[in-house]
Amino acid sequence: MITIKDLPDENLFTAGHTACPGCGVAMSIRNAIRVLGKDTSVYVPASCAVVFGTTFPYGAWKVPFFHTAFENTGACLTGMQAAFEKKGKKVTAVGFAGDGGTYDIGLQSMSGAAERNDDVIYICLDNEAYMNTGIQRSGGTPFGAWTTTTPVGTKVQGNRRFKKNLGEIVTAHEIPYYATLSIGHPLDFIRKVEKAKNIKGFRFLHMFTPCIPGWKMDPAKTVEVTKRAVESGMWTLYEVENGEKKITYKPGKMKSVRDYLMMQGRFRHMSDEDIKKLQMWVCKKWNLYYKEKGSPEICEIAPPEEHHAVTEEHREMHGP
Amino acid sequence: MKKVITGDHAVALGAKLCRVDVVPAYPITPQTLIIEHIADFVNDGEMDAKFLTMESEHSVMSAAAAASAAGARVFTATSSQGLAFMYEMLYATAPMRLPIVMANANRTLAAPPGIWCEYNDSMGVRDSGWLQVYVEDNQEALDMVIQSFRIAEDKRVLLPVMPCLDGFVLTHTVEPVDVPQQEDVDSFLSPYAPDIMLDPARPTMIGIFMPAEYIMELRRQTMGAVESAKKVIGEINDEFAKVFGRNYGGMIDTYMMEDAEVALVTMGTVTSTSREVVDELRKVGKKVGLVKLRFFRPFPVDELRKALSGVSAVGVFDRSISYHGGGPAFNEIQSALYGMTMPVVNHLAGIGGRDVTREQIIKMFEITIKAGKGEKVNTINWHNTRGETV
Repeated sequence: MITIKDLPDENLFTAGHTACPGCGVAMSIRNAIRVLGKDTSVYVPASCAVVFGTTFPYGAWKVPFFHTAFENTGACLTGMQAAFEKKGKKVTAVGFAGDGGTYDIGLQSMSGAAERNDDVIYICLDNEAYMNTGIQRSGGTPFGAWTTTTPVGTKVQGNRRFKKNLGEIVTAHEIPYYATLSIGHPLDFIRKVEKAKNIKGFRFLHMFTPCIPGWKMDPAKTVEVTKRAVESGMWTLYEVENGEKKITYKPGKMKSVRDYLMMQGRFRHMSDEDIKKLQMWVCKKWNLYYKEKGSPEICEIAPPEEHHAVTEEHREMHGP
Repeated sequence: MKKVITGDHAVALGAKLCRVDVVPAYPITPQTLIIEHIADFVNDGEMDAKFLTMESEHSVMSAAAAASAAGARVFTATSSQGLAFMYEMLYATAPMRLPIVMANANRTLAAPPGIWCEYNDSMGVRDSGWLQVYVEDNQEALDMVIQSFRIAEDKRVLLPVMPCLDGFVLTHTVEPVDVPQQEDVDSFLSPYAPDIMLDPARPTMIGIFMPAEYIMELRRQTMGAVESAKKVIGEINDEFAKVFGRNYGGMIDTYMMEDAEVALVTMGTVTSTSREVVDELRKVGKKVGLVKLRFFRPFPVDELRKALSGVSAVGVFDRSISYHGGGPAFNEIQSALYGMTMPVVNHLAGIGGRDVTREQIIKMFEITIKAGKGEKVNTINWHNTRGETV
């Protein structure tokens, strides 16, 4: 199994790009491409990654890079791969699309490539909103979250829908490999990228990528936030290989979502009632999709009352 | 070898003869026969191409762009709503200088929904940077697929090309077609060998974000490529004529224009009928001529000015309406003839797939002849149309 030591020192996504400090997307790209290696050709749809990775006359990519539009990652990977295969070149076509470009506008194109089982790797960098355009709600935005299109008003506070279950949609295409990843879990991260690299057919890597301005969080806390997301069940690390689902990291006893939420300004307005709704959704989802039969309960539907209050200590620790 | 085939079949044979590498496909009437024929060729082992069954036209042009950027020769076909759905990707492919060839079967762009010939689909994308050529018969449809790849891949051009054929009038109508020999096409068209492509051995970034400081230069370069295509189109037309014995005239073609006093400018299949009408009118002493507008991009400004320099009036046939009043061909020809003094009148006919008959074309000539004599006529003439008549 691949370890951190096995990774090449050379960055194929170089320093000098203009992403925000602590950007989860940039970290995920850099580490994924280190595992994927030189014989990779990348497609990036409209997103921050186009702007911070390639603004003429500068560019951070040391592998071939292609970009055209927003909604077509799946189709561009299909075309690219077909050309390489026809020309007898052994090159892996890899797409790095955001949640907007995957959950919403790019869903059809992704579904087409998945259904055809085209031999490509589709990576979704999920920062749970349209960040490049300035933080608007997407189908990947969690319940309660503030965005500029789900503002905290006097009548309605934040996003009223729960995050779309993209994993179930993608795996319904009966593809060879789907996995969720987090940069807070680097060994699990590189192992899954390596595994995907060596499988033939449509592979989907779903990466959880904190966005500093979009989540209104401390740029030093990117890794910690992803860890807390996993510990609270707001993100679950698992993989589905040929239909077999396996949890790759199981929290001992699931933490309340409150600790995770209070690290981020986008959730800090949430009422106790909304936090409870979200907590119930997390536990239901865990029990429905991830909990193995007969395994002990690790997520309680009703969180302990004492965790409810937003304390001054929270505000001091994590900013306004 | 002569075959009696539909226009769609001829186009598919053209793509096969060009040994295309990748064909992303999506069905739409009246283009569908093209991709069906190609699917047959591929599954019968007659054609060594990657045939990709995409899930929309937007994805077709996306896959085409990516495959072309990765160094493949790419062909596809579309029509009407499909072309409209690709709109965004047409504007992406041309400035990236990706030499894709896509046949467009001209069809009404809804509303109202209709499936017959109208040019309002391809005219809507005339400013995308794609070159456009309108063909008259099934032979020209096949031949222009071959020529389109030569034009598109010429290092002085490097632009996508759209051969346009009249929906149903050509796509679903059989005509005898001389199918070129594979070895002749092979010697006419070399394999595609781009200088820049997506290749890990020599990584490059295509389609990168560009600040305002640079975009104007890129636009000027694309304009330069469209402009230099004019010369290339002429050269390739002449070379094609030498090898295959069929000369289409390049940017435009003319008929009986040497001593013509009045000219009609036509596009597509209406040209064939108009040629018959010219013969008929010549027999009764009317000195009329015909200009076939072949390429719409690049637009044959100099060629038209030269061909029309001696006439007293010009009639322009249009098979679609631009809502400023007349049709797109009329608008552009007026602009091209700026400074010349003869009247230019517009003849709108065949819109939505209505037949354009001999009688209508005679009427077009009659109105244009009147205009040439200084008589008052309408500038915009709707032929064979209910309600307000011409």
